Amino acid sequence: MTWLGDHLGDILGLTVRHIYLAGVPLILGLFIALPLGWLARRYKGLYPVLIIGTGLLYTIPSLALFIMLPFLLGTKILDPINVIIAMTIYTVALLVRTVADGLGSVPEEVNQSATAMGYQRVRRFMSVELPLAVPVISAGLRVAAVSNVSIVSVAALIGVEQLGSLFTDGFDRAFLEPIIVGVISCVALALLFDGAILGLTRLATPWQRAGEGSS
Amino acid sequence: MIRFDSVSKHYPDGTKAVDELTFEAPTGQITVLVGPSGCGKTTSLRMINRMIEPSGGRIWIDDQDTSTMDETELRRGIGYVIQHAGLFPHRTIVANIATVPRLLGWNRARAEARALELLERVGLPAGFARRYPAQLSGGEQQRVGVARALAADPPVMLMDEPFSAVDPVVREQLQDEFLRLQGDLGKTIVFVTHDIDEAIKLGDRVAVLRAGGHLAQLADPAYLLAHPVDDFVADFLGKDRGYRALSFQGSPAFSLTQEQTVPLGATPAQAAGAARDGWVLVVDASRRPLGWIESGRVKSPIKPEMLHRGGTVATVGGPLRNVLDAALSSPSRRGVMVDDEGAFVGTIRAHEVLAEIEERARPELEDQEARA
Repeated sequence: MTWLGDHLGDILGLTVRHIYLAGVPLILGLFIALPLGWLARRYKGLYPVLIIGTGLLYTIPSLALFIMLPFLLGTKILDPINVIIAMTIYTVALLVRTVADGLGSVPEEVNQSATAMGYQRVRRFMSVELPLAVPVISAGLRVAAVSNVSIVSVAALIGVEQLGSLFTDGFDRAFLEPIIVGVISCVALALLFDGAILGLTRLATPWQRAGEGSS
Repeated sequence: MIRFDSVSKHYPDGTKAVDELTFEAPTGQITVLVGPSGCGKTTSLRMINRMIEPSGGRIWIDDQDTSTMDETELRRGIGYVIQHAGLFPHRTIVANIATVPRLLGWNRARAEARALELLERVGLPAGFARRYPAQLSGGEQQRVGVARALAADPPVMLMDEPFSAVDPVVREQLQDEFLRLQGDLGKTIVFVTHDIDEAIKLGDRVAVLRAGGHLAQLADPAYLLAHPVDDFVADFLGKDRGYRALSFQGSPAFSLTQEQTVPLGATPAQAAGAARDGWVLVVDASRRPLGWIESGRVKSPIKPEMLHRGGTVATVGGPLRNVLDAALSSPSRRGVMVDDEGAFVGTIRAHEVLAEIEERARPELEDQEARA
């Protein structure tokens, strides 16, 4: 394992870039999916269009997307922004349905009483619907996080450095150790993302645990 | 006062949920809208706070046309209680109750103080304040729902089947407490239910609606029971109308029959000495009736489990229905009457109650118009 010892610094750097390339799109994607999901809920006709449309985005092969984006956007081929945008698209693809279904999980009588008490639309969304949709949205976010951590590694093929670079490196040199380290790091990172989302969700939903226990 | 003026709700597919509905809900009273499903009662209720917009006619609150008012402002001035309470699951009880005051811009301290006051008012312990709705029973949640509707002290309250989803015992408690609360607060309330017994118990005025949103009859409960306007209303009111109408008639100062009573632990000889027609009433130390016993069956000092428990007890001056029921349900055929403290004062027989009932005039249309 001398390779590992010699390259600890590099691996750490790749990990940080991996977190950046998978994490930033997760947050951007969530913010784009929230209004889209709300629209899909609000206007019944839009629901199938938005759900099927964004769902199809997820079927575009990631490598194709990484290569196409520079042509579509006029960015440089090696620019990490391509990866950020591509990953944001995948996140949106996964989250629009989740957000729509999360908002749909808010009990009808709760929405009704909010309206009857004089909540206006935006405030009702922010302070009633969204907090109650958190558990469902969080579940979708966990799937998207793990998916991002995995898909981002493909970007090594177009020369954007992150943990995936360990796979190409190991493959080129027919050398197993970087590949194993890369796989383990990716799994650890996926678990880290998952744990972080789970922790934040618990903080945001103390009411979910009420009624358990002996109170 | 809430006034419906030829209010209609027609949907594009041609269904008429409410058709040309005209009535008034007087200030400080409970007006109940009752009818079978599809009679438009909930639609009518929701048109008051404009959760549903009428397709014709006007609804007035006092002398303001609601269609000209700002929707949000209108709603914040009207308390709203629904089935299952519709509490916000992610907010504590105190935050739930403080919702409308906070929306109106009260600061947190004032809104919470008000919420705590209301929590007590609806009979819940202050310890519930920091709990979440899921930690409360259905009946408790419904009380919170009422507290939340009252929080900003709105003059008008809309209630949509608020007690339908709880079990019968809790429902009766909630109804009694609601009536007591209303006695203190005197809100203008429109109350929707499909349960005619609830309508008759709670309503100062009862509006019976038939399918398609037509008003079949609007009257006070006693008049409704005595004079249903047609077969639909009569069928909807159900059986025992004559008996149920007695609930609304107070009893006069009947001259009661005095009884010799015995305490628990009385011997067979004492029981035999006090009995009349073979039955003797057993009372506790405060003279509260415990039950009847057949003196011939007393072989040992009287114990609680030997007593006959079937008879009901009526309070002097209470509704005639209770007095008659006390007589009808008594194993000795002598109805047990108590004073306000629950102490035994005497007995009465069914024929004496019936004689009083026959003396009385039934509620007539003239009375009704005078009250309307």
